[in-house]
Parts: sequence; structure tokens; C-alpha cells
Amino acid sequence: MNLDCKHVWAYISDYIDGSVDPERRRDIENHLAHCEICSAILDSVHNILILTADDRVFALPIGYSQRLHERIAEEIRTSEDDGSSDG
Amino acid sequence: MRDQHTKELELIHAILEGDRDLFHELIRPHERTAYLTAFSLLRNEADAEDVAQEAILKAYRALATFRGASRFGTWLVSIVLNEARGRLRKKLRANTESFEEQVEVSPALLTDWREIPSEALERHELIQKIESAIKDLPLTFREVFVLRDRDELAIDEIAATLGITENLVKVRLHRARMMLQKCLAPYLKSTVSSRPRRFPFSWRAQ
Repeated sequence: MNLDCKHVWAYISDYIDGSVDPERRRDIENHLAHCEICSAILDSVHNILILTADDRVFALPIGYSQRLHERIAEEIRTSEDDGSSDG
Repeated sequence: MRDQHTKELELIHAILEGDRDLFHELIRPHERTAYLTAFSLLRNEADAEDVAQEAILKAYRALATFRGASRFGTWLVSIVLNEARGRLRKKLRANTESFEEQVEVSPALLTDWREIPSEALERHELIQKIESAIKDLPLTFREVFVLRDRDELAIDEIAATLGITENLVKVRLHRARMMLQKCLAPYLKSTVSSRPRRFPFSWRAQ
């Protein structure tokens, strides 16, 4: 089946996730093989996903992990105190 | 090698048996995700850290109720989301639902797209541009995008966590990705290298 560009755009996300059925996948790839616009869109979405998954995007606040584990340690101490007073 | 789920179940069992300090070890692989999930909703570092901490402490207190049917990370994310939504409700009335299904997003049309090397992220302004584009997504799209493309949860896990259908997760994810493409592609194009475009590629298709 020949898909037009708008149909291909509708499937870009599922295509990237590998969740389109084989027949649809083949139709999309047939379209992409001769449509520069759609292959460029697909590439750009793919690239954006790679870049947004990079750890340098939304870096953790400095000291976050240390502060977190200090609070966990405090919580553990409290729960142990509660546990021993219960017993 | 034991898988992470089995290892986590053993850790949880040991913690509940009294070796409570092991909670540090249990939480370490998830602390980044907890923060990012909170940040994706709240868009504020201080609130996100506060919410992530509160959610993790809640998880500690409620650990005995974790039944192991889902992954520990998924369970924790659902606690973070609840905590973040509670915080959000206090701060503002988020009204983004009307965006939902009827809005079709057209992508930016660029025929000369080339691969953006990850070294481009050395440029601080590029990182800021990406962060700002994600932060500007409406809440319902932002949370699905972050859960899928940052936290790498499966579609069915996201659906269960958010209490929506898998189809709606896919619809929102698609819109979120297209919104980001539309917003970022023209900007990222200026950082384009001369390397040839890769096609076909595999992403999660395998």
C-alpha cells in the first residue's frame, strides 16, 4: 500500500518503538526510501530522543545523592528506634 | 547473572527482615529516575529534590506492601508521580487536558537533516534548548515522554502507572515527540555535522 507523507508521520513514533506490524513497517520503509522529507523527519526525531536521553541533559543538582542518603539514614535510625521501643 | 528484579526482591526481603541499611543499595540505581520524574512534572529543582526524597522515604516506610508483581523501579515511579502531582495541585491548577486528542502536530520539514553528534551537547546552550523544550511540553505529554524516553518504562508500565490506556500512552508519546521535533529540529539543524545520515537505523525496533 502506498502511504502519503501525513500517514507516515502518524506512525513515526510507533515505527521508532518497533511496534508497527510487519506489513505497515514495509509500507513505511518503501515510502522512506524515496521521500527525503519523511526520512529527515524520522532521523530528526530519532536524534532528539538520543540527545534527550543523554545524562548531561537535566543533570542532577550537586549534592543530591548525598543529601538523599543522609535523609534515608536518618529515616532508618528513626524506624529502628521505633522498632526497638515496640519490642 | 541474576536479573535486577530478582536481586531487588532479595534486597527487599533482607531489608524487611531487619537489614535496613540495604535500602541505600536498593535505591541507588533509581535515585536519578526519581528526581527526573519529579522534575519533569514540577520543573523546579528544589521542589523536584524535595518530592523525590519524600517519595523515596514513603517507599521505605511502605516497603512491606510491595508485592513484587511490578518492578521496584516502576512502583517507585508511581509513588514519585503521586507525590509530585500532590505538590503540583498545591502550586497551580494544571489545565492541560483540553490539548489532548484533537490536536494534530505537524513536524518541522527539513530535507537536509544530518546526524547530530552527542559531542554537540558540550555546548551548554544546546542542553538548555533541549531542557527548555521538554519543560515547555504540556504536563500530560511531558510525563509520558519522560517516563518512556528518559526512564525507559515500557508502554504497559506507563499505562498502569498513570492509570490510562496503552493506546493513550502511545498517542501522547507520539504527540510529545512530534512537538519536540517541531520545536528543536530547526534549532539543532544549525549544529549539523557533515557526516552522512544513517538510514535505516534501529532504535528500539529489535
